Amino acid sequence: MSLRDRLKETRAKASDGFRGGKLMSSIFRPGSPFRKGYVDSPRNRSYVVMNNVLYHLHPVKVKRHGVRLSYTLCLGGLSFFLFIVLTITGIWLMFYFRPTELAYVDIQNLQTTIAFGSLVRNMHRWGAHLMVLVVFLHMSRVFYHGAYKAPREFNWVIGVILLLLTLLLSFTGYLLPWDQLAIWAVTVGGNMAGYVPVVGAQVKFGLFAGLEATTATLLRFYVLHVLFFPFIIVIFMAVHFWRVRKDGGISGPL
Amino acid sequence: MVDIPEHLLQRSAEARAKALGISVEQAMAEMKGQSDPTIISKEPEVKVIDETPAPAAETPAPAAETPAPAAETPAPAAETVTPVKEEHAAETTEKVAAVKIEEKAPVAKTPPPAKADAPDEVDFAPDVKVTQRLLTVVKAKPIQKPAKEPIDKVNTWPHLMLPEFVALMAMTAFLIFLSAILQAPLLEEANPNVTPNPAKAPWYFLGLQEMLSYWDPQIAGVMIPTVVGLILWMAFPYIDRNPETHPSKRKFAIMFYTFFLAGAGTLTIIGVLFRGPGWNWVYPWIDGIWFDDLLDWIHFE
Ligand code: HEM
Repeated sequence: MSLRDRLKETRAKASDGFRGGKLMSSIFRPGSPFRKGYVDSPRNRSYVVMNNVLYHLHPVKVKRHGVRLSYTLCLGGLSFFLFIVLTITGIWLMFYFRPTELAYVDIQNLQTTIAFGSLVRNMHRWGAHLMVLVVFLHMSRVFYHGAYKAPREFNWVIGVILLLLTLLLSFTGYLLPWDQLAIWAVTVGGNMAGYVPVVGAQVKFGLFAGLEATTATLLRFYVLHVLFFPFIIVIFMAVHFWRVRKDGGISGPL
Repeated sequence: MVDIPEHLLQRSAEARAKALGISVEQAMAEMKGQSDPTIISKEPEVKVIDETPAPAAETPAPAAETPAPAAETPAPAAETVTPVKEEHAAETTEKVAAVKIEEKAPVAKTPPPAKADAPDEVDFAPDVKVTQRLLTVVKAKPIQKPAKEPIDKVNTWPHLMLPEFVALMAMTAFLIFLSAILQAPLLEEANPNVTPNPAKAPWYFLGLQEMLSYWDPQIAGVMIPTVVGLILWMAFPYIDRNPETHPSKRKFAIMFYTFFLAGAGTLTIIGVLFRGPGWNWVYPWIDGIWFDDLLDWIHFE
């Protein structure tokens, strides 16, 4: 036996010992490919999903046409994934950001003195733009497939709410760098709220926490952006995904 | 045979007696193992079948000529059957023979049609008494009726989860690449006293901002976004009552959305690229781009 074969065998044994050990078996439930003795069988393929937290998202089996990339283009999944990326990068940004007069300086410092600060900020910002775009494309995909028709009418309603929440998240985040771009874009948007019939002035006052965009507005938008809207959108996403499954999985084929 | 109630035994004995043409007492005795079971040989029946056609074949000739001679047939028929029975199934002979005669008689009596119908009326097991009858015909089908045709499905793992994983990795790579080459804008610190000209909203609201320059803000800024953009759009599945999903059968809806996309896209592009100071029309290739958000900060490092 060559040295190489012997090394191979030793490694395989060690790997089996580790994967079959108490630690790994306690983490991964039966059927997981990470456990010892996983073989590719229809039964195990079912277990991978069934004995997994992912079972909350995915059924064990899906329609064959639905897994063709060209059907959904994975747009709904990517909307969700972008939301996850934005949550992770957003939490990271929160370590370096204070929603006060210091906001602008914090962003400057983040970009110049903190490792990967610029990259993470860029990812958060472009990711947000991308999410608006991807959600919009997802909506267009759904429309062109007529996937909003019975029994999926209500999931479309939830979808429109998700689009609205995505825009609101984007819009509230836009103010946070506290630069000229931020304050004036939000001023344009906030002024529009002033045109709401009858209660326009009150709505605008509530939005700005005053008559115009100030640091009070900044704090308000910050709380909405990092806490309130994410909380709400997660709830609606949960219902959205749940309905996709309850409505019989993905629509189609056409 | 220990625990079977007497009345049930009695009933099955009666049935057996009737079927075999024996007495009830005999049947009961047989069932209790006190007497040898009555055996009905199959052979006599075969013989009978073989022989029946013969008289039948003989009969037609006279039968066809005159009804009267046909009446004679029963006698030979009875003759042919009876000996056979005696030979092979002693116990049941008389009874079966009697039946035979009774049955054959009407057939033989039948005038001309008897000839034509003869093949159809051949009784292939004339001696077997039917002891069961047809109550109903139950069609073979599953107890649980599936609501629909089964759908062609595949395992989520790996057929869905792997492509999802690839899409997710590709998106991550794209986002990191974008963030590495495209610096997010950061202008001067916010200053409420200095109004930039033009002041533009984020790109996804620029179509609206563009509409705002045509119409009254109450209409373009409030009514259109909330009533059309939100309420009607949410209600859309309830408005579109056409159940078809194939594009060729919902041309209007497809056209409607495509026009919407084209309109929104045009307004947004105008808002992003073709509007400058004072919201006046500019040409980006002449006057430059008046949009700070996306474009001016490309740097390669
Ligand atoms: C945050 C935003 C959203 C997320 C994360 C999301 C996620 C998803 C996912 C993962 C699916 C599964 C199928 C697929 O990937 O296409 C889906 C389906 C669906 N979504 Fe969304 N979605 C969002 C917004 C929307 C919007 C804006 C609409 C429409 C106005 C919408 C309407 C629907 C409908 C009707 C389905 C069922 C489609 C089918 O069965 O083919 N969603 N969504």
